[in-house]
Amino acid sequence: MSTTTRTTGGAIGASLDRIDGPQKVTGTAPYAYEHHVDNPLYLFPIRSEIARGRVTGIDASAAEALPGMVTVITHENAPQLADTSDRELAILQSDEVAFRGQYIGAVIAETFEVARHAAGLVEVSYDEEPHEAELRENDSDLYTPEQLNAGFPTDTEEGDVDEAFSSAAVTLDERYTTPMEHNNPMEPHTTIALWETGNLTLYESTQGAHPVQRTVAQVFGLDRNRVRVVAPYVGGGFGSKGLPHANTILAALAARMIEGRPVKFALTRQQMFTGVGYRTPTIQRIQLGADEEGHLTAIDHDVIEQTSKIKEFAEQTAVATRSLYATQSRRTTHRLAALDVPVPSWMRAPGEAPGMYALEAAMDEMAIACNLDPIEFRIRNEPEIDAETGLPYSSRNLVACLREGAKRFGWKDRDPSPRARQEGRWLVGTGVASSTYPVFRLPGSRATIRYEGDGRYAVEIGAADIGTGAWTALIQISADAIGVSIEDINLRIGDTTFPFASVAGGSSGITVWGSAIFEAARVFRERHGENPSEGDEVQARTPDNPETENYAMHAFGAYFVEARVDVDTCEVRVPRMAGVFAVGRIINAKTARSQFIGGMTMGLSMALHEESLVDGRFGHVVNHDFAEYHIPTNADVGTMDISWIDEDDPYVNPMGSKGIGEIGIVGSAAAVANAVHHATGVRVRDLPITPDKLLR
Amino acid sequence: MKPYSYQRAEDVDGAVAALVEQPNAKFLAGGTNLVDLMKLGVEEPDALVDVRRLTSDHVEDLDDGGLRIGAAVPNSVLAADRKIRTRYPALSQALLAGASGQLRNLATTGGNLLQRTRCVYWQDVTTPCNKREPGSGCSAIEGHNKNHAILGASEHCVATHPSDMAVAMYALDAFVVVHGPDGERRFPIEELHRLPGDEPQRDTTLEHGELITAVDLPPLDLAANSKYRKVRERASYAFALVSVAAALDVEDGVVRDVRIALGGVAHKPWRATKAEEALRGEPANEANFHAAADIELEDAQPLRDNAFKIPLARNIIARTLLDLSEER
Repeated sequence: MSTTTRTTGGAIGASLDRIDGPQKVTGTAPYAYEHHVDNPLYLFPIRSEIARGRVTGIDASAAEALPGMVTVITHENAPQLADTSDRELAILQSDEVAFRGQYIGAVIAETFEVARHAAGLVEVSYDEEPHEAELRENDSDLYTPEQLNAGFPTDTEEGDVDEAFSSAAVTLDERYTTPMEHNNPMEPHTTIALWETGNLTLYESTQGAHPVQRTVAQVFGLDRNRVRVVAPYVGGGFGSKGLPHANTILAALAARMIEGRPVKFALTRQQMFTGVGYRTPTIQRIQLGADEEGHLTAIDHDVIEQTSKIKEFAEQTAVATRSLYATQSRRTTHRLAALDVPVPSWMRAPGEAPGMYALEAAMDEMAIACNLDPIEFRIRNEPEIDAETGLPYSSRNLVACLREGAKRFGWKDRDPSPRARQEGRWLVGTGVASSTYPVFRLPGSRATIRYEGDGRYAVEIGAADIGTGAWTALIQISADAIGVSIEDINLRIGDTTFPFASVAGGSSGITVWGSAIFEAARVFRERHGENPSEGDEVQARTPDNPETENYAMHAFGAYFVEARVDVDTCEVRVPRMAGVFAVGRIINAKTARSQFIGGMTMGLSMALHEESLVDGRFGHVVNHDFAEYHIPTNADVGTMDISWIDEDDPYVNPMGSKGIGEIGIVGSAAAVANAVHHATGVRVRDLPITPDKLLR
Repeated sequence: MKPYSYQRAEDVDGAVAALVEQPNAKFLAGGTNLVDLMKLGVEEPDALVDVRRLTSDHVEDLDDGGLRIGAAVPNSVLAADRKIRTRYPALSQALLAGASGQLRNLATTGGNLLQRTRCVYWQDVTTPCNKREPGSGCSAIEGHNKNHAILGASEHCVATHPSDMAVAMYALDAFVVVHGPDGERRFPIEELHRLPGDEPQRDTTLEHGELITAVDLPPLDLAANSKYRKVRERASYAFALVSVAAALDVEDGVVRDVRIALGGVAHKPWRATKAEEALRGEPANEANFHAAADIELEDAQPLRDNAFKIPLARNIIARTLLDLSEER
């Protein structure tokens, strides 16, 4: 571990090594599957092989005859759930099949190997009905959802868009698509479930122990205090572990049938492509209008995307378009197709990631149409206030990010003509794009601070560290909040035994958990002073922030990308990316840098690699492993130049921080796409940009 | 995954005998492909006979000036071998373009030749596949087939062979040495793999119980001027969209001799003999290289998603030959 400062008050902002680093690299940090439990059983799921219909028969006799078999659970013998209103979670409650890959049963055995073998021996017969599993632009059943994810309105309109568009000096009308993508954290979704005397313990890989506790308690009809969720270390989530999925319910249902014995269930990589969420494919039409000087007069962003017939998830794809640039008129719409598919869900920056790809690619095309440098074009359309709320921004440094990035990247002498530079067999191009992400403030988190003697303070909050570095950042925040050094903090997180913490989602974790800790520290000093007695403790919740009535709060950033495209093969490589961010105060420079690198790498991945291929005949993703579903290897990631603007935002929260988990993916795919266009002169609007789409 | 027995044979004859006795047994070497397929339920042997220690793990000189590669030579060792790197560089490059460092350490020369296809439908027991279940139909012909064959496919199967190493060996005129119930046989590598025809379940011409014990590289002067070019969607750890292995001998601007093999285009590594014939005795220039590629690709039959492989193959054949004529 690095040496750290002992002076108090300077912990926030320090470039501290992860305090859990040594445990992780020595394999001693227990992930969900690795908690020691006595006498465990192993679960392997039985999944539907049709996309829609009914299970008419299940013959488990061959499976049940195997030595080491314990039981087969299906809708015929599964315990009844108390609340089946969430149809994603209401598994094994009927013979109905709503998508291919849905859980229709499970085998529980003494070993994993027997469970997997037995699952393959279970014969299932079906009554199959016609299904629709592919998103189509001309689907006549497209509908308008009541609202979007996170409560955003479905459609917005300001000014007369049609009039502004028809009278604009320069116009653009293009269609951009993004494919279905799967989150695929390194650690698959995992549960160990144990029922003892009516109490359920879940060792869970999750982005929120308390949200799992609440959902599971409701589904099983239990008092919350009868469900304990333990999740001290989590191997990534990217949103797919933000909401509990059916795998958790399946493990808990199975364990209920074998009271007193823990049941372990970890998904295989292939199983990660059904039932734990994904990013909807999107079809986006963007129309832009501008005057002779390149001031936008009309923005229209119309989105078509999918959801599942059993549960609605409406990605807020066009929300960033509602405020990022100034315009006289603006319209955004979202339409959904409800299909016989698994339920889409959160994937890193739901909404902003696909929406800002389309908007920022369109902005690049429009800059060219207006004969303006793409940075200048964006600066020219910088708004004074947030168009969505009518409020001023608490801080907005997009222009500073663009200018600083241009300097660092060496943008100044860029020749805008496409396909004009070649080095050896490589066509070389550069691209830029903006980024933005809202400051979400989820309510309800609480923190306990207790003086434990010897100058040491316990800080307890049920927060989840999904690999972001929350263990370390929360210690830094606690040290400054309480006014001690980081060595004096005993942080306890990742367990519903500790006070409620909201989900690690919406880039809100550190900001709201940290706010609760600051509030608890303030109350603690108020009640117990500077010289507390051992055992003195307080609990406080994240206070409301009255400034949200006065200011719109968003983070911003800008990317600069160099892309190289092989002239013979159209292979795309990205030797360097630069990201400059304006995200308030940075809590830990080291882990923050990792977050930005991770986000930008995922943007690179979105631009060039990721695509879940659905075969409409069967209804499932056919490229369901890492050999076929590509994400970047180390060799694909070049130099990542990460920096940030010093931004003092006194309105967001006591730390002055804005949240950084998602902004790095927002817009970065567009910067790559724009660089590929600059290199080749070919505008690929359908992600991912693979050689087959560039070869002429 | 079905339970299976595991045994380690004492010698090659014992391994062959063990397979002859057990009709649903398989040889196990590195296991980098077979074990994965067993987990997926695609391969379901009753018994595995471990042959890893039975064949040579060395590269040896042959009397004719060629090299004999033991079937147990790991891919990483073969790629690093000095004689391979200097006399047959395309083979070393092909090996290093394949898989990952960890896999190359485990994977063997014999096993690499017997890799099964990466067709997503073949690897998924819930979808029809003639290669896995003859007569069930081919899901790829009207499905996602970007990675599938443009040459030599049949109405029953459009799968491709995934090996990089084998493509280089095809270009280098390699021979395969096989031990079977009837003793040893040695034959050109082109006769090892088959086109799918109406028996797509058969990848190779090997009979049950036949074990690859070595691969021979004949002496081939032009092989010292050889190269492997692999096109893939990411910089490492991806199967080829298309690859080419080529060797070229140019004298006074004229092609004296040439070898070309393609990967990622067919059910087997594709020796481009038509292109080779068209080039011998012709001036070594870009126009002729393109024209030769066009002749080879004349019979290409693209599917819904893979028409791009035709210009791609054409471009990298020409580019690789140009590189070889410039580097000479």
